[in-house]
Amino acid sequence: MSNNSILVVGGGFAGITAALEAAEVGHEVYLVETNPYLGGRVAQLNQYFPKLCPPSCGLEIQFQRIKNLKVKTFTMCEVESVTGTPGAFDVKIKQRPRFVNPNCTMCGECEKAATTSVKSEFDFGLVDRKVAYSTHLFAFPQRYVIDADACAPGEMDAIKAACPYNAVDPDDAGNTFDLQVGSIIWATGWKPYDMAKLTNLGAGKLKNVVSNMQFERLAAPNGPTGGQILRPSDGRAPKRIAFVQCAGSRDENHLNYCSYICCMASLKHVTYIREKLPEAQVVVYYIDLRTPGRYDNFMQKVAADDKLSLVKGKVAKIVECECKSPILTVEDAVTGIKGEERFDLVVLATGMQPSCAGSKLPVELAVDDDGFIIGGADMGVYAAGCAKLPLDVMKTAQTGTGAALKAIQNVVGR
Amino acid sequence: MAEKLGVYICSGCDIGKALDMAPLMEAVTKGKLAGSCPVVKQNAVLCSPEAVAEIEADIKAQGLDGVVVCACSPRVKWDIFQFGKTVQVERVNLREQCVWSFREDAKVPGLLPLMAKDYIKMGVMKLSKSRIPAPEVPETFKTIMVLGGGMTGLTAALEAAKLGRDVVLVERAATLGGKAATMYKTFPMSHPYLKAEDTGIDQLIAEVTGNPKIKVLTSAELHSLEGAPGLYSATINAGGEQKFDIGAVVLATGWVPGDTTFLAPMGYGSIKNVVTAAEFEAMAKTGAIVRPSDGKAPASVAFLTDVSLCTKGASPDSVEVCAPPEPLPTPAPEGEPEVVAYPDKENAKHLAYSSELTSLVALKQAGYVREKLGDALAFVLYDHMMVPGINERYYKAAQDDAGIMLSKATITKVTEDADGGVIVAAKDTLLGADVEIKADLVVLPTAIVPVTAHEPTMNLVYRQGPGFPDLELFDGFVDSNYICFPYETRRTGVYAAGCVRQPMTMATAKEDAAGAVLKAVQCIGSANRGVAVHPRSGDVSFPVFNFQRCTQCKRCTEECPFGALDDDEKGTPKPNPTRCRRCGTCMGACPERVISFDNYNVDQIGSMIKEVYVPDDMVAGGPRVIVLVCENDAYPALDMAAFRGKGWSPFVRFVPVRCLGSVNAIWVADAVSKGVDGVIMLGCKYGPDYQCHFVKGSELCSRRKTNIAESLGRLGVEAERVEQYEVSIDEYDKVPAIIERFMTEVITKFGPNPFKGY
Repeated sequence: MSNNSILVVGGGFAGITAALEAAEVGHEVYLVETNPYLGGRVAQLNQYFPKLCPPSCGLEIQFQRIKNLKVKTFTMCEVESVTGTPGAFDVKIKQRPRFVNPNCTMCGECEKAATTSVKSEFDFGLVDRKVAYSTHLFAFPQRYVIDADACAPGEMDAIKAACPYNAVDPDDAGNTFDLQVGSIIWATGWKPYDMAKLTNLGAGKLKNVVSNMQFERLAAPNGPTGGQILRPSDGRAPKRIAFVQCAGSRDENHLNYCSYICCMASLKHVTYIREKLPEAQVVVYYIDLRTPGRYDNFMQKVAADDKLSLVKGKVAKIVECECKSPILTVEDAVTGIKGEERFDLVVLATGMQPSCAGSKLPVELAVDDDGFIIGGADMGVYAAGCAKLPLDVMKTAQTGTGAALKAIQNVVGR
Repeated sequence: MAEKLGVYICSGCDIGKALDMAPLMEAVTKGKLAGSCPVVKQNAVLCSPEAVAEIEADIKAQGLDGVVVCACSPRVKWDIFQFGKTVQVERVNLREQCVWSFREDAKVPGLLPLMAKDYIKMGVMKLSKSRIPAPEVPETFKTIMVLGGGMTGLTAALEAAKLGRDVVLVERAATLGGKAATMYKTFPMSHPYLKAEDTGIDQLIAEVTGNPKIKVLTSAELHSLEGAPGLYSATINAGGEQKFDIGAVVLATGWVPGDTTFLAPMGYGSIKNVVTAAEFEAMAKTGAIVRPSDGKAPASVAFLTDVSLCTKGASPDSVEVCAPPEPLPTPAPEGEPEVVAYPDKENAKHLAYSSELTSLVALKQAGYVREKLGDALAFVLYDHMMVPGINERYYKAAQDDAGIMLSKATITKVTEDADGGVIVAAKDTLLGADVEIKADLVVLPTAIVPVTAHEPTMNLVYRQGPGFPDLELFDGFVDSNYICFPYETRRTGVYAAGCVRQPMTMATAKEDAAGAVLKAVQCIGSANRGVAVHPRSGDVSFPVFNFQRCTQCKRCTEECPFGALDDDEKGTPKPNPTRCRRCGTCMGACPERVISFDNYNVDQIGSMIKEVYVPDDMVAGGPRVIVLVCENDAYPALDMAAFRGKGWSPFVRFVPVRCLGSVNAIWVADAVSKGVDGVIMLGCKYGPDYQCHFVKGSELCSRRKTNIAESLGRLGVEAERVEQYEVSIDEYDKVPAIIERFMTEVITKFGPNPFKGY
């Protein structure tokens, strides 16, 4: 018996787009996401290039559409197995316990009652969060999460006792359920390349060397510093900042492709710096500045900044001095001059790696050596977004829309 | 109209701690709408299953047709407070925008109960003036018209046919295939992204022409497109005139090579052996790559991708797009055909915008040199090797070819040598600071210029004109200004794909075609259900016109951001509901208040504002300020501010609006005449990087605001009392300061509204 429903795996921008575009045609759509919230990577960004507008704006519209079009969303879920055939899949979903039921009103009493703190995943470890937490303002769904594994003995009970709405459920054991669908869209997105693997660039151990995604959190008004750009080591405002492009990307030993967004992202970061630290000097070390299409306008505008130097050059090494300031060994590719430069803060433009790289997929999709999905259409599974290729947000939305069409064709044509 | 309302007040989430419930309930039971509110109750946790069950029981027992939920923001618990299609729900935001954000004023303490009463009365009034819309559902045409028979258009036609749709494919040329058919090869379209490959266009053409669902018209042009999504009539010139019933359109007319005069600074036109990439491609396609000067095969070919010599002086700032709309052309005198000039949008920047394709084409054509010219050498001189993403692998493959020399270079001069060779002078190279490279043939980039830079293309029979408005913003590309929404369109029902939208590779164009087809199908389906498309997806409301009072002032027809309104000879607006996006800009524009939505209208919001208690004595009772809040961005920002423990003056009252474009001047005038001391409009950013989801709403509001302020000035009310502020959704930390500044710099400074007490 064929089925008109569509499952979207991954609730980032590609998945949300695919889900909504299919739902707006009238299909029943299930959207499953591993995080406790929808929005994926873009929820962690401060602004989009080149408009410098907040991602929460577009997400707000998408969440309204989710409400109006009655898309069925599930957070904290993984796909366990996929059986059946195109048009009649049976998908087993495993939902991890949230320990907070829909009674939650976001009043925050649980967070006050919690005593243990751990590193915030949402803020890439720049700050701690409580074991009862909400990842960020605008989190959708608006509901707390309890990290039971990290709770101290008795802490869960104290949290439960503090909740005025009987929303804390210490016995939550999670859930396993089956979905019958006709098509599947795979939109599991990307993760930032692990800085620990960049041994010559400090291996993620130098305090004042942050990743570009950490820098987004530093600049975000709902981030750990309330939007102030400060050195993690001492909380001081940096005066000299360097960007190291292609940190992992375009390198056969790490990521054998260009991550598409990092040049534009770093130029965007220069605008954050200019807004918040008008006097700061910035150097961007790049191989090529990849600003395709009409992004050229943005590049021209940012490049006009007289406190910005764009240097075609390679950063061979980063160490830190006693005051924790990073020292870069760089070679200017045009002049051939090698030297050392000291900065207060260094941002590594780490690339994007497919989230599923290195892990076994619950459905046998062909992937390339880097983990990007290169097949699936013949089996009724359609890849979208950065699970398929490194892309920017607009192109991600395009692929999400295109994948929705393919998924619909697959269920309608039967 | 909702006539039997249940009013439920929640005392959870600190509301009950801050407020006494009994007087709030009395505000309803003893208020002027008491007769319409048979049920008024309070509950400790209104979102609990028990409380919701109680509401449902009341609806059944009392026959309620409306429920006013006085609790948290409508952004949360939306799924809990839904009671079926026949019961309207209004949410009064007591939690975030009243209790949590309340700040005592030292001079006028204890205002919270009054504020809560205001909001509850406003909510009851709003719902009592709301009807459930019953849209007329047209029987729509389902056929999709695809304009353009190149790679994108052919793919779109096939994708639509695979969905079972009938397709009319219109191609201007005598044959299908577009630019792809002129190419020898294209760069890689799929894994492993290493080798140039056949475009596959011949097979695609065969599939399209063999598909019974697709009607192909070649040597054909769209003469006019009349009507609205789901109900279009397309007149196509293909030998003779033919008419087709069309549901929606995919615009895939692609690009034309840029004007080569922009390449003159690099020697094109003056040096014989300097050709464009398009010309080089044509040679490769025919099989003979030769020098134009002597017809001999070149021993060396240099591909230059740095176009800075040509783009020097071109400003990154796009032309002014926020200027007021041009006055409409006066109709030509009878008998003379009306000629509307279409300003050409091509400029030198198109060369820069084509950078990604320029780099990929240079790599590909360097490969042709290696493939077809034996030992010939290929140089690729680039400023930035613009191969973002996966195509890095193709670049790597070229780097591994010893016969292809790649270097960064800034081209400083291109000159002709005595023997017909071309000397390229460059600086900042990887081969030395300043170098000269001599090549037998030099290939310059071909700019991708969208067809729409030169002509309106759509030939829409719309009052606002035949093409897309404000394309200057995108230098002629029919692109979306929304990063999140690549298929957003100013002309509902027409979805652009391929190089008419952005310069893109064939692999991307194919995907883009699929996306645009889905949007077209979606639009027809939504029209057929009487609902709006994005961003108010699924909205069943629509503007209703009371033509008796219309004075044919044409403001609504001119200002609709989507060109939804045509008009007759007299100027009476002619609505096209399936073009409409339900933003209410027409409602805001109308000075006679003839336009309304069943569930959102001028009387309703005006009546809400009148529910705000305004003390006669500003010193004793404090001033009052009405804040009209865009519900898309500013409203969530207020909620978030409250979540972060921010607060503001107890003298402001928020009134959510669909878009600032829907704000009618009468609301401001009424508020002021009632004694309100100031009016703030909080909406989205406007200008070239506009964030308004309805494109023009916040910008139009700011223009109308100037007029409103002037009229107030004539009445002796300070113009400063009406102000608009741009607030992004993430500017929650700035909102309190904006309100505070208005309260001190305007209200404290000017004192009470002179109309107060009249």
